[in-house]
Amino acid sequence: MATGDVKVLGAWPSTFVNRVLMALKIKSVEYELIEMNPREKPEILLRNNPVHKKIPVLIHGDKPVCESLVIMQYIDDAWATGTSILPSDPYDRALARFWVAYIDDKWFPLVKVLIETEGEEERTELIQKVSEGLVLLEEAFVSCSEGKDFFGGESIGYLDIVLGSCLGWLRVTQIVLEIELLDRTKIPQLVKWADRFSSDDAVKDVLPKTEKLLELYRKIQAFLKAA
Amino acid sequence: MATSNVKVLGAWPSPFVNRVRMALKVKSVDYELIETNPHEKTELLIKSNPVHKKIPVLFHGDKRICESLIIVQYIDEVWTDGPSILPSDPYDRAIARFWAAYIDDKWFPLFQLLRDAQGEERKAVVEKISGGLLLLEGAFVDCSKGKAFFGGDNVGYLDIALAGCVGWMRASDILLGAKFLDETKTPHLVGWVGKLYSDSSVKDLMPDPHILIELYKKFQAMSEAASE
Repeated sequence: MATGDVKVLGAWPSTFVNRVLMALKIKSVEYELIEMNPREKPEILLRNNPVHKKIPVLIHGDKPVCESLVIMQYIDDAWATGTSILPSDPYDRALARFWVAYIDDKWFPLVKVLIETEGEEERTELIQKVSEGLVLLEEAFVSCSEGKDFFGGESIGYLDIVLGSCLGWLRVTQIVLEIELLDRTKIPQLVKWADRFSSDDAVKDVLPKTEKLLELYRKIQAFLKAA
Repeated sequence: MATSNVKVLGAWPSPFVNRVRMALKVKSVDYELIETNPHEKTELLIKSNPVHKKIPVLFHGDKRICESLIIVQYIDEVWTDGPSILPSDPYDRAIARFWAAYIDDKWFPLFQLLRDAQGEERKAVVEKISGGLLLLEGAFVDCSKGKAFFGGDNVGYLDIALAGCVGWMRASDILLGAKFLDETKTPHLVGWVGKLYSDSSVKDLMPDPHILIELYKKFQAMSEAASE
């Protein structure tokens, strides 16, 4: 199928949308990003993702694919000749999938809630849980990378993209709450990985700048307070 | 690798464990089932799955793999001479993965809510489960393309993902008189369930709902006694 026929329904600040864009970039697939406000459910979104009504949606030709992880694996399968996103070894694939599921099911939901949490005690508890998760991810990095730069080895792969896509909001949370989660003394390898990831050519143009996300966050907060 | 080097840490009533066992059966891989009570976090369980402390865990030689759908995909990718579990076409694979994620993230967790819900809340959960089944009926029509299973002629990834849940769904049906599997609303799914019970890969791994109910009642009685 002509690669000219790829659209992504999304929004630039979205962690999940950015994963899809990074995957397409790695495969050198050109696409059109159709920006939308995920809170307003435009007709094109409802038509292409009737079950969840959420971004991202990848539309390849006339076929919609939904859910960021499903989309990333689809991109890897459909453009099989490009750089691989998932590892080739079945056990390495299983490990990558395991940690990706951990990030999406257990860890990142805590990060998303943290910035909204006001109570001192609750906040402290969440920070503890997020930090413990980061320690697990540090260990995962050491075993998956086998001394190389990325979870995927020499180049960015599935797990890199998924965790990397969370860095933007993680950094915003650090600034807003005045805490340090990416602590060099506790998770040295992961902090170095985060710096390498953010500056890697494969993804740096897709990853939103922390300052832009922070600006957006402040705008939203001001809007909510005024309401 | 010798297939005698394959073990599954699990429990016979678990939908997630049964998915793994179905996948191994499809690939004709022999394995040893190490039965464990998932409610008692044994040392073996904690050592095998330190992050989640849950079954199933697949041991393949010295490797351990956790999370049922991840294990099923691992099995498909390692034992490549057997029949394929995931579809070969990338788009069909995406659709199968989408619906398997829907089952695990949105639909099957409703059964957990059902256990604790009463009155109006229970009615609401029953309606959501039924709504989900209508979606899965539509998915079946799209994926099966007129054949017996989501995977086509043979049991595939999405069949395995949902088949694991059938025992508990039927048990809930009986306990609540809910009639989740209704020929007038989801005729294809009803037909599909019938076929599961005669398919060699899965039929012996579909627990009898009546036995599940007995187990559930025993567990409830124990929990109540423990909390008195």
